[in-house]
Amino acid sequence: MSKPDKNDWPARLFDDLIEGGVTLFTHVPDSGNAKLIELANSHNQAQTVLLTSEEEGVAICAGADLVGKRAILCMQSSGVGNCPNFLSLVKGGRFPVLMMISMRGDYGEQNPWQYPMGQAVEPILHAMGVLTFRVDTADDLKPATNATLTAVFGGGHGAALILSQKFLGAKPFPKAAPAPKTP
Amino acid sequence: MTAPTPIPTLDRRDVLAVLFPKPDDYLFISGLAGSARDTAGLTGDRANLFAMAGTMGAAVPMGLGLALSAPEARVAVITGDGEMLMNVGVLATVATLAPQNLSIVCIDNGCHGETGGQPGHTAMNTDLALMAKGAGLASTMTANTADDLAEGAKFLIEAAAPRLLVLRVTAGPPTAFVRNLDPAECRLRFRQATLSGG
Repeated sequence: MSKPDKNDWPARLFDDLIEGGVTLFTHVPDSGNAKLIELANSHNQAQTVLLTSEEEGVAICAGADLVGKRAILCMQSSGVGNCPNFLSLVKGGRFPVLMMISMRGDYGEQNPWQYPMGQAVEPILHAMGVLTFRVDTADDLKPATNATLTAVFGGGHGAALILSQKFLGAKPFPKAAPAPKTP
Repeated sequence: MTAPTPIPTLDRRDVLAVLFPKPDDYLFISGLAGSARDTAGLTGDRANLFAMAGTMGAAVPMGLGLALSAPEARVAVITGDGEMLMNVGVLATVATLAPQNLSIVCIDNGCHGETGGQPGHTAMNTDLALMAKGAGLASTMTANTADDLAEGAKFLIEAAAPRLLVLRVTAGPPTAFVRNLDPAECRLRFRQATLSGG
């Protein structure tokens, strides 16, 4: 059994990011990154940046890189759709942009609005030259985090750590009211 | 009743040299098109400038990332009205983070100069300084005349940061300057200059 410990994984991920030298945590709030951002808020080496749109985070990561600092963009899968034009900085400028994406619209999703972007996340990122490393089980987390950090800060790539709904759990929705019985 | 908006008299090719008499004292991020040419003309396209030629809307957030990561440096973003409006939400992000070393200069020609001069929203009813004030920037100012521009130079040094200076300019051409368009080269030269302490 490799069920994620819901209370524990953000702390382990945060420690690995800090150890990887990440100090600037840009984010659009999502339940999948809430605890990570809380941890960053209470850490004396880390700074958080609340974004209005995910694309800002791509450019902030690039601006930090210009003076050798390491930043991450944390967002829900729907936010990937706001990023492609700015991701020209990755493919054209070789800026090492690091992302963490908490998925919607994949495993067990009940909101039909989430599927189009959820299913487009990896095709869009790959089209823009961003590598992806998926986390489906708790055991995947550490190696995928290391692979992502290595690709970005060792390999000079854009790369995204993708936390799937298999790992995070799907958001529960109330069941629709039953259809009225016809007499 | 508000007063009628003054007619702009400033030529965009002259304004940055007045505002930044010592460009080496700053790290510059510029947006695409005319802003990039004017800024490259100011700095001689040296290593302390990273100028966009795409990614419209990225200049202010890139400058924010730079300002937060190099708090000891003076960071100036040079952008245009079309680019600011494409990503205007970032003004709220800037206001919340409130970096004390960030100035934004918006060269507002009221049109999309790079694509044929099609009129933009600031030629109609939109006021970027008011929008930035609403977002919560510490200081905002609009310059329409040469006298205003001299005030603007003081504003960039003395006014509380983060600050936005809107330069309303005539719809003429930007500085004629051929700059390096390779973003990877420009990234490396910027990093080499800043990371070596040079």
